[in-house]
Amino acid sequence: MTDAPIAHRHLPDRLDNPLRSAVLSWESLLVLVVVGIFIINSFASPYFLNAWSLSDLTFNFTEKGLIALAMALLIISGEIDLSVASIIALASTLMGLALQYGADTSTLVAIGVGVGVLCGAFNGALVTGLKLPSIVVTIGTMSLFRGISYIILGDGSFKDYPKSFAWFGQGYVWWVISFELVLFLAFSLAYFVLLHRTSFGRRVYAIGNNEVAAKFSGVRVERIKFILFCLTGVMSGIAAVLLTARLGSTRPSIAKGMELEAITMVVLGGVSILGGAGSIIGVVLAALIIGLVTFGLGLLNVPGTVMTIFTGALLIVVIALPILFKMWRQRT
Amino acid sequence: MKMLAKYREIWLGLAILLVLVLVTARFPRFAQPTNLLSIFNDTSILMMLALGQMAVILTRSIDLSMASNLALTGMIVAMTNASFPAVPVPLLMAMCLVVGGLLGAFNGILVWKLSIPPIVVTLGTLTIYRGMVFVLSGGAWVNAAQMSPEFIGLQRSIFLGLPVLSWMAIIVAALFYVLMTRTPLGRAHYAIGVNPTASVYTGINVGFTKFMAFTIAGAIAGLCGYLWVSRYVIASVEVASGYELTIIAACVIGGVSIAGGIGTVAGVVLGALFLGVINSALPVINISPFWQMAISGTAILLAVVLNARGEQRKGRLILKKAEAST
Repeated sequence: MTDAPIAHRHLPDRLDNPLRSAVLSWESLLVLVVVGIFIINSFASPYFLNAWSLSDLTFNFTEKGLIALAMALLIISGEIDLSVASIIALASTLMGLALQYGADTSTLVAIGVGVGVLCGAFNGALVTGLKLPSIVVTIGTMSLFRGISYIILGDGSFKDYPKSFAWFGQGYVWWVISFELVLFLAFSLAYFVLLHRTSFGRRVYAIGNNEVAAKFSGVRVERIKFILFCLTGVMSGIAAVLLTARLGSTRPSIAKGMELEAITMVVLGGVSILGGAGSIIGVVLAALIIGLVTFGLGLLNVPGTVMTIFTGALLIVVIALPILFKMWRQRT
Repeated sequence: MKMLAKYREIWLGLAILLVLVLVTARFPRFAQPTNLLSIFNDTSILMMLALGQMAVILTRSIDLSMASNLALTGMIVAMTNASFPAVPVPLLMAMCLVVGGLLGAFNGILVWKLSIPPIVVTLGTLTIYRGMVFVLSGGAWVNAAQMSPEFIGLQRSIFLGLPVLSWMAIIVAALFYVLMTRTPLGRAHYAIGVNPTASVYTGINVGFTKFMAFTIAGAIAGLCGYLWVSRYVIASVEVASGYELTIIAACVIGGVSIAGGIGTVAGVVLGALFLGVINSALPVINISPFWQMAISGTAILLAVVLNARGEQRKGRLILKKAEAST
């Protein structure tokens, strides 16, 4: 019965040597891919190996990476949030609206992050409170949030954000290191500690592996899932601030398709879409890979739509290769 | 709320009638037969796509690539027609079914043989197919001037009072009804959705059925590619951009459960019609089209809440996750 959908749990005789399991892990594969793409990019375009060029590279993946960090925790717990890009749109639109009423930079940031939290809480309330499947709820809120942005803005745009606000997306902290990169690295560290070094993180894994067992073990499943949805909302709000500051304008179509890119980063990073497995290091490496690929293709003047072929193909190939490898090994 | 589950289609039909009545009260011309038939015609493509998506969702999968499949097949067939106007249109439609079916089969093979979760596969093929539209066309459009008159005219021609497009939707819905309720393959979809492990022990080939579901969905998306391109007389990279969500919305509103195993052809048809009626009513009531997205989002949320209430069973499903993981 080769097609039997029964999970095979493998109980080994003895545990792997820690060094061996570290070397043969998904993260090591990702490191190899990063190095490989870096080398390919260096040969493909003369403009790549340049400090300012590499700095521009970071703008490509930091906003999506921030969302991917929170999304990773959410997917590990067994849920999903497809509305993140629409939360960005709504947060950006409301920030622009506040700008029309003369809000200053700190108010704008507060509004952006605040809207993110509220939208995340809305998602969380529907999923945990009414026990609805997260995929359809977030498909619904995806349309709803972006729809509200369209109602407010129509086909216009908000412009003229203040210079101090623009610094968030365009500013540099030291030499070529941009603020966005620093923020991304700081949050990566924070999420690493949250997921891998706290009991909260252990509980997230527990929920993802067996929700009912977790509940009967005393894990407050509903509360943790609600917190994770709010975290995703917060990160989307922060990404909205960064993106709006970088672009300098707001349209209702802002960040279209970003949810798929964030999920691609998460899945590429080794997080199982079914929940229960994955690491932050993988997600950060995957964000870097996607950034390298899109930046490298951009330097070669490849149009955006063709770039997405590479991202889509990369996702399928990287997931399929280990499975094919295992199948080939079992044959011989 | 249990009544809702049993008579879901009736409630949905009543909801559509309610919207019709409300709009007609202010604008009597809305309920004219020609207008109603026109609404049905406008919704035909969504109806067919939602039926294809239903087959996939029934087997506990999801297909996010249908809109990109539609765009790619539409572009292929439009470019063929522009270069070889003499090719008869039925042959082009057959080509659409084959090409769309192959694109869907690619999804199906990855899900069947490599056991990659469908959401990951279709996430990838969504972008790949959309990108291939650009690669094929070089970013250029195919517009009305380049399409042959038969290409554009076939689905608009009236046969027994209805346009051919409406007839196609009716035929596809009828075929789907027969497939889902009267053939072993159709019953297998429901079986897998409710309990994949039991299905295996009953002798159903789970992987093959999922493969067939994706292929069928792909073939329908291909056919709708031709219909879309000839209806809106444009083939471009932006065709049906973002439409995959509308398709899933029609399914959800029609009572298809995202957990698999629950859903009827009548429900999906009514779900698509509900969205179609609302979309037609908006310009009549003078609500700007910018409200459309928010309204369909709210409709999805309401539909999910109502569906979930109806599906809840008494007692604890302790083994539900175990079933879901197989």
